[in-house]
Amino acid sequence: MSGHSTYKPSNGFTKWIDSRLPIVRLVHDAGVSYPTPKNLNYWWTFGGILTLCLGIQIITGIVLAMHYIPQTDLAFASVEHIMRDVNYGWLLRYVHANGASMFFIAVYVHMFRGLYYGSYKAPREILWILGVLIYVLMMASAFFGYVLPWGQMSFWGATVITNLFSAIPVVGQSISTWLWGGYAIGDPTLNRFFSLHYLFPFLIVGVVVLHIWALHVTGQNNPTGVEPKGDKDTVPFTPYATAKDALGMSLFLILFAYFVFFNPLGLGDVANSEIANPLKTPPHIVPEWYLLPFYAILRAVPDKLGGVLLMFSAIAVLFVLPWLDTSKVRSARFRPIYKQFFWLHLIVCIGLGWCGAQTPDLVITHVGSAESGINFTVTHLARILSFYYFFHFIILFPLLGLIEKPKPLPESISASVLGTAKS
Amino acid sequence: MKMTMIQKLAPFAAVAALTLGVAFSSAPAQAEGGENPGLKHVAWSFDGPFGTYDRSELRRGYKVYKEVCSTCHSMNLVHFRNLSEKGGPEFSEAEVKALAAGYQVQDGPNEQGEMFERPGKQSDPFPAPYPNEEAARAALGGAYPPDMSLLVKAREGGASYIYSILTGYTTPPAGAEAVPAGLHYNAAFPGNHIAMPQPLNEGQVDYDDGTPNTLDQEAKDVSAFLAWASEPKLEQRHRLGFQVMVFLIVLSGLLYTVVRKVWSDQH
Ligand code: HEC
Ligand code: HEM
Repeated sequence: MSGHSTYKPSNGFTKWIDSRLPIVRLVHDAGVSYPTPKNLNYWWTFGGILTLCLGIQIITGIVLAMHYIPQTDLAFASVEHIMRDVNYGWLLRYVHANGASMFFIAVYVHMFRGLYYGSYKAPREILWILGVLIYVLMMASAFFGYVLPWGQMSFWGATVITNLFSAIPVVGQSISTWLWGGYAIGDPTLNRFFSLHYLFPFLIVGVVVLHIWALHVTGQNNPTGVEPKGDKDTVPFTPYATAKDALGMSLFLILFAYFVFFNPLGLGDVANSEIANPLKTPPHIVPEWYLLPFYAILRAVPDKLGGVLLMFSAIAVLFVLPWLDTSKVRSARFRPIYKQFFWLHLIVCIGLGWCGAQTPDLVITHVGSAESGINFTVTHLARILSFYYFFHFIILFPLLGLIEKPKPLPESISASVLGTAKS
Repeated sequence: MKMTMIQKLAPFAAVAALTLGVAFSSAPAQAEGGENPGLKHVAWSFDGPFGTYDRSELRRGYKVYKEVCSTCHSMNLVHFRNLSEKGGPEFSEAEVKALAAGYQVQDGPNEQGEMFERPGKQSDPFPAPYPNEEAARAALGGAYPPDMSLLVKAREGGASYIYSILTGYTTPPAGAEAVPAGLHYNAAFPGNHIAMPQPLNEGQVDYDDGTPNTLDQEAKDVSAFLAWASEPKLEQRHRLGFQVMVFLIVLSGLLYTVVRKVWSDQH
């Protein structure tokens, strides 16, 4: 897509095509001759895995949509009809439902990979921003999708999330009403969520194209964070990266298949096997696991509007990371201090996820004497972790780049591969 | 130090370990206050990756459901024809026809525009004991017996939870809250006060296959039947899953050798 092309049409027919619509050239340059750093490790296979996940969601989703009915009286039964009567309907539905989880596992690996190796840094800012945009669209798609089967958690999850908008001063309530298409969640809501759930994955496809385009302009980052210095640092995408990506996908599919076939409900909530009942609030409303860290941040703030703002900021901060990081060096391999904080931040994110799944007043431990001490609850922990989440990006990112003394960088990728610099 | 190929694949082990950790820790964590203390874990024939239903258990379970539970609980998503399908109780078609014909169901309108009663057919869903929720509540002192089609999937603990409820009617422990009138003490029910009177007793259902009809046996059988009703495609899923796993493992092995071959000129 950029740089000069190495494609050579081999016969008259391909020459004819190439001078009219150089589509074969495009595929060749992007997927065959495209130079990739030769030292990429398996954390780099998750980009291909994500593309696979998106494809799986779209294909299973389109077939599910042929049988699904977006009407509150019939939605739950139509999904059960898919599970019981449609040929291999249970497979489609379990692949789609677990596929969403797998998609998020892959995207989180992919994003933390970027954070570790500094892939968001210049000249890859737009590439990173497009990635964050994909992530946001994924969360929206998954949220809409989760409402469709019209189980208890579908309904109550949607209620909690759409109610967040009512925290906005003055216009909040009108926004909620507008989103619902009425004064409560009902048929109009379900219908529009279905429409948007069908649309958003295709928006993702569009952004993925831009993401890959940007990738092919800047080239991939690599574990050393040192840009390739010529042909000896790179290998052609095919067969080198294609082979590794294929192995990565196959291994990932083993995990995927384990959930689909042997533990299809393991990542979900039992309450969603019960039909939505607006009169019966479940004892414990929780979103799907991949949204839990944000849910924890939301609940950590005593004020509703404050919680909503902080939650959205937790995502928004990702967009500006390239400018918060002042380090000259990309890869955490050569950043001894950042490396420690990277792992701490990962643990904090998992900890926030844990907090999001618990009841807020659950007592973790009691501090002080039996009579006068205080109970340290999930809310307290969530506050500390939320604080660190922002501290990490807003304070540490700019600061570390200034105070940290990076280890010496290898001369080039091939020098590091040959072991002249320790990796 | 050079990493071996297997070490390089460690990312996948790490991702799998983390995901499985989340999957196994989240279920009890989500149930308020941890795991239900009244839950008795039963080893089911359908547990595990090779699990299958026990046909005779499902047939006995159907009998318990039909004679006892179906007088209060509906099971709207299950049809008579499901009873003869593979992977279930696998009654013969003739048996299922006869079972269905034992019920009168409403159909119509006919050419005169009137609704009429006819004997049940295989394609009919299980008839519900009450026409609607209000009727059920009116008849049962305000309590509503939940539909049983998905009950096993909709409760933490699954079939073991159903079994625990059925065998969980005990005298309240000393110091427990007084049980309000119309409710019953049950060790497995959240809050311990359940509106359903003990539905099953020792010797209540006569089994056709001569199995001793202890409470424990009846409770297990009907719980297994409800598990099948919730997840009728489990056997098909396990079988296909095994084939897919074998395929993916062989494929990964082949791809592993391909990667080694392709990269052999690079190290
Ligand atoms: C007399 C009517 C009646 C019969 C017969 C009956 N049930 Fe129930 N059942 C109820 C009612 C009413 C409830 C609701 C209890 C409540 O919410 O407190 C209930 C609740 C339950 C629950 C608890 C569901 C939950 O919400 O967690 C289970 C499990 C259950 N029944 C299983 C059975 C089984 C199995 C049978 C057959 C062996 C059966 N019941 C027979 C009336 C009945
Ligand atoms: C970004 C890609 C996608 C994600 C992350 C996603 C996610 C989800 C989720 C989480 C559910 C709820 C599953 C459940 O618990 O049962 C769902 C349901 C559904 N999705 Fe998607 N989806 C995606 C793409 C699509 C597409 C492209 C379509 C249609 C063209 C589609 C159609 C459906 C339908 C019909 C349902 C309801 C049936 C069901 O619940 O299984 N999805 N989706």
